[in-house]
Amino acid sequence: MTLVLDVQDLCTSFHTRAGVVKAVNGVSFTLRKGEVLGLVGESGSGKTVTGFSLLGLVDAPGRIDRGRIVLNGQDLVGLPERELRKRRGRDIAMIFQDPIATLNPLLSIRTQMTMALDAHASMGRAAAEKRCVEVLEKVGIPDPRSRLDNYPHEFSGGMRQRVAIAIALLHNPSVIVADEPTTALDVSIQAQILHEMRSLAQETGTALIWISHDLATVSSLATRLLVMYAGRVVEEGPTAEVLNNPRHPYTRGLIDSLPATAEPGKPLSQIPGTTPSLLSLGQGCPFKPRCTYATDICDTAPALSAVTKRAWRCHHPLAMEGAA
Amino acid sequence: MLGFVIQRLIQASLVMAAMSVIVFVGVYAIGNPIEIIIPPEATQEIREATIRSLGLDLPLWKQYFIFVGNLTEGDFGRSFIYNLPVLELILGRLPATLELVLISVISATVGGVVLGIYAGYRPDSIIAKTIMAVSVLGFSVPSFWVGLILILTFAVNLGWLPAGGRGETVSLFGVQWSFLTFDGLSHIVLPALNLAFFKLAMMIRLARAGTRETMLTDTIKFARAAGISEGRILRRHLLKLISIPIITVFGLELGSTLAFAVVTETIFSWPGVGKLIIDSIAVLDRPVMVAYLILTALLFVLINLTVDLVFAFIDPRIRAKGA
Ligand SMILES: Nc1ncnc2c1ncn2[C@@H]1O[C@H](COP(=O)(O)OP(=O)(O)OP(=O)(O)O)[C@@H](O)[C@H]1O
Ligand SMILES: [Mg+2]
Repeated sequence: MTLVLDVQDLCTSFHTRAGVVKAVNGVSFTLRKGEVLGLVGESGSGKTVTGFSLLGLVDAPGRIDRGRIVLNGQDLVGLPERELRKRRGRDIAMIFQDPIATLNPLLSIRTQMTMALDAHASMGRAAAEKRCVEVLEKVGIPDPRSRLDNYPHEFSGGMRQRVAIAIALLHNPSVIVADEPTTALDVSIQAQILHEMRSLAQETGTALIWISHDLATVSSLATRLLVMYAGRVVEEGPTAEVLNNPRHPYTRGLIDSLPATAEPGKPLSQIPGTTPSLLSLGQGCPFKPRCTYATDICDTAPALSAVTKRAWRCHHPLAMEGAA
Repeated sequence: MLGFVIQRLIQASLVMAAMSVIVFVGVYAIGNPIEIIIPPEATQEIREATIRSLGLDLPLWKQYFIFVGNLTEGDFGRSFIYNLPVLELILGRLPATLELVLISVISATVGGVVLGIYAGYRPDSIIAKTIMAVSVLGFSVPSFWVGLILILTFAVNLGWLPAGGRGETVSLFGVQWSFLTFDGLSHIVLPALNLAFFKLAMMIRLARAGTRETMLTDTIKFARAAGISEGRILRRHLLKLISIPIITVFGLELGSTLAFAVVTETIFSWPGVGKLIIDSIAVLDRPVMVAYLILTALLFVLINLTVDLVFAFIDPRIRAKGA
């Protein structure tokens, strides 16, 4: 299948008074048409900043220091704002965690959708309405034509997120970055939306980058997983393989802290320690202080090791199943 | 929506009824005008005749009901001092205040919102810092001093603009307006600037704070992620999102400036109602005081009502609650 997004060595940092925060530090991955890529990691690992970098929407004092973001064959890094704006919403879209905060409470759904349509297409009222109804239907809003003139407060949280997804779908973008879009919703609605997003991705060919700190939700959706830690990708591979057979101790820790893997009655296991400050990262593996396998060699940066579809960044990778 | 309007209208009439009692009793309590109106050397007969003709011999509640009765016929009474219908006196002065206040409050709001949004949108630019410095000045310099400086600079030293008075007026709807003639406009500029200075500073702060806060929200990020241009984001999203506090303050300022523009009116010899009410307080001209205060209360009520309706127009959630 065709490659829609090719990210190489992406580095994004915030130049704050306290120093340079390297929020994204050499992230590389590719995305094919219709593929769902899960991006997981603890809070502060750089998932959101990676997503914003892809859209060229990193807030000051942040900026992309280097790397390439090739979307449909064109590198976005260094493009002027005018050119980036033309691609946002049309080639790459984004949805956020809190649907209550993303929609403007003072504007009707019709107005907000029409504004998003007008950003890249000029069509008549009738055609615009037809398109809006079409996408609202696609995301499962019942009776979309009559709901167009409703305001966000007249929708439930799950419905609002669907409206946001519909807005992201308006121009059939190649890629949608979904930043924890179901975290704020209750579990049954989460499951529905996950299910619908998967069929949407298949149907429209839109590739998804599904950001989450929750391995459980993302694993039911993503075909591939990217595990981030302290601004780096520490492990990557097909979802099932990564989950059944993690190579990086950090991934192992994430899996072990899932409620589903815990034994009933026992407390959930946790990764000891906390994420390091991104201000003072040394040369070595950033996970070293929290890692039970760490040795002296971990003071040097681990190189990327790769076998067929899998890749990891660790001096002491966990054994492959069967090989141990 | 209609229910909302009716509900607010009922509320407004209750407020007005209460205000009329409070004003009437309050003004009665300030002092007895008889000593001022009647010369000390007048005979006892003249005294009593005057008191009776003014209706001051009746008990307070009777005086009140006579007043309210006359009011329903549009009669606010006659001034003790000028012996003219009060309404005529006040309406003769009100347009002057009205045009001065409207021009200054509206221009301060428009200017303040534009400058404030810029200062909030590009907080680190030199222009933004200059705007904020001006707003600090607006807050810290007393109004009468600004008025005097304006007169000294533009009227006395440069001679560009007149120092006082209304200038040439034209009649529209039976009242005299200055803003419709060039000469009149040139007379409005300085007092309007004087009145607007503080309000401009306040509006700048309000718009800037709202802008800074709103630009960081997911609503704006989501709009950007959809590829909507910055201009449209500012006009369609931001302006609406920051409008509620701005409209609130606009209404408050409009009301209070209409009622208390007296300092500026005095400095620029602007023949508005401010001057009239100060004079009538000095001589305890009760009918004028009562009518003025009731009209002022009515203005506040009307402004509040309008502000509430504008809120409901802007925010669908308020609309839903009122329906
Ligand atoms: N505006 C900013 N200024 C300075 N540092 C920032 C800024 N935005 C993000 N960062 C830093 O970048 C790092 C990565 O943040 P990011 O929001 O991408 O984490 P995340 O993986 O999305 O976490 P979460 O799961 O909590 O959403 C954090 O350490 C954060 O402190
Ligand atoms: Mg995040």
